[in-house]
Order: sequence, then C-alpha cells, then structure tokens
Amino acid sequence: MIWAGVLVASASCYALKLAGLSLPQSWLENQRVQRTVPMIPIALLAALVGTQTFSVGQHLVLDVRAAALVVAIVAVVLRAPFLVVVAVASATAALGRLI
Amino acid sequence: MPWDRAILRDALGIAVASGAYAISFGAISTAAGLSLLQTCALSVLMFTGASQFALVGVIGAGGSVWAGAATAALLGSRNAMYGLRLSSLLDVRGLRRIAAAQFVIDETTAMAIARDDPRQGRFAFWATGFALFTLWNVGTLIGALATHALSNPKALGLDAAPPAAFLALLAPRLRAREPLAIALAAAVVAIAVLPFVPAGVPLLIVALLVSLYGLFKRTA
Repeated sequence: MIWAGVLVASASCYALKLAGLSLPQSWLENQRVQRTVPMIPIALLAALVGTQTFSVGQHLVLDVRAAALVVAIVAVVLRAPFLVVVAVASATAALGRLI
Repeated sequence: MPWDRAILRDALGIAVASGAYAISFGAISTAAGLSLLQTCALSVLMFTGASQFALVGVIGAGGSVWAGAATAALLGSRNAMYGLRLSSLLDVRGLRRIAAAQFVIDETTAMAIARDDPRQGRFAFWATGFALFTLWNVGTLIGALATHALSNPKALGLDAAPPAAFLALLAPRLRAREPLAIALAAAVVAIAVLPFVPAGVPLLIVALLVSLYGLFKRTA
C-alpha cells in the first residue's frame, strides 16, 4: 500500500514538473493563478506544522513536541540552518521525554 | 573567476546544504515506517523536498497513504509554475525535456532565473540539477541507513523532527504580512477540523480553502 502511494505521488509530482515545461506560456500570465499557486505551499506547510505537533491520529494532544516546536521557532527566527532547526527540535523532544 | 566556475561553486554549495537536509529526510522517512528502498525511491522518483517530507509525515502521523500522496502532489503544484517560467529559457524538447522536467524544483529555478545571460541560466540549471540530485540521494541513503540501525527513533525525538522540518521550509516564505496570516489561519483551521475528519484530510481542506481565497479574493 505504501508502495502504491509512493509511486502515484511521485508520478503526480513529475507530471506537474513536465506540465510546466510543456504548457503554453499564456498560463503564466493569469494573475489569479500566479498569486494563488505560491499560497498553497505556505498553507500546507503551516497546516503540517500545526497538525503534526498537536495531534496523535485524530486526537488533539499537548506533549513535548509543543516544546520542540517553540525551540524550532526560536532557531528559525535566529536564521539557523535547516539541520540545526531539526536537530534542536529533536533534542528538545528527546530531553523532554527523559525528564 | 570565470562565470562557469562561479556557477559550479554556487551549485555545489546548494547541493551540499540540500544533502544535509536529505539526511534528515532519510531519517524521518525510515522512522515513519517506510522501508529503505521506499525512502530511496522517493528521493530518486519524486525529487522535490517538501512533497517528500509531506508524504512521509502524513504516513508517520498515522494518516492514510492517499491523503499523504494528495498532499505531496498539491505541494508539487508550484513546480509546474517554475516549469512555465523556465520553459523559454531552457528551450528543451524530446528526451532532454523529459530529463529536464525532473530537475524543475525550487533551487534549480532560483539558480537559473538569477542569471541575466540565457546561456549562464541554462548552465546554472543543469549544474545545480545534477549536483543536487546526486547529493540529495546520497544524503537520503545515509539518513535512512543510520536510522535503520536505531531501535527506537522516538527516544531520539525524531517524531518532533517533521514539524521542525516543515517550519524551516516555511520560514523563508513568510517575509510579508499576507503569507504570515495565511500560515496562521491554515494551522488553526487544520487543528480545528482534525478531530472530525480522517487523518490527512485537514491538509486537503486547507488546500481547498486557500485556493478559493487566492482565486476569488478581490484585487486591490
């Protein structure tokens, strides 16, 4: 089942890339499309941050991951590199579980 | 320094940074329950970071594979926009277009459109594409192998890694008031609907709402 998802999602992502190179340029001139497309990753990434921090399955929970998120936000505001942001968040969660 | 060497140096710098990021992808994907082969297949076949993180993130959080796949595809929609921007610059047909398409991502687009001379732009696209594709896949393999050797990834706090990764991907896009408002609203809506719909579906609801907002809001 995971394999099917991996392959279908990969094919979809590739098709989108290829479509961009193949579609007529006039699509780029549509202002509504142009301003909407960049909004989608912003909304999805923010929704992923929210749901993956505060839930287990379909239940809302508050645990060490919230503390990890706060630390990650501080790291991002300080413009820490990607790996540092991920590492300090993981370390915070690991430490929180030890306490 | 000649322009081609300067571009190669920049391309390698970006590829090394992405390789490090791929290590965390390999680790997160393996911790989410994907096999070594599935993890590596994603980096070869999907080759677009945010979508890969989204797919394994949703699976790791217990959501359905299909909700994860849909989210990955929605996140990949921006690559279509990049392709539109790049098509006249690259001017590729046939097999070369088939190959070039896989390299159409954030980093290669940024490198290609930053050059004034089209020849330099094309060189930057291919150089960044090859370097990044190579190190992205090496990094993924290292991260996956390292995590494979661990008995309990949760003890290392690896379940807190995906939100931090998403946040780090999101941050550079938030340098204005409207994107910040969209991000906050999206997070609140997704959390609010989460208890009432199957896992992964909150993301699709958010994608639908933001698309409607973008398409139908009145222009100032």
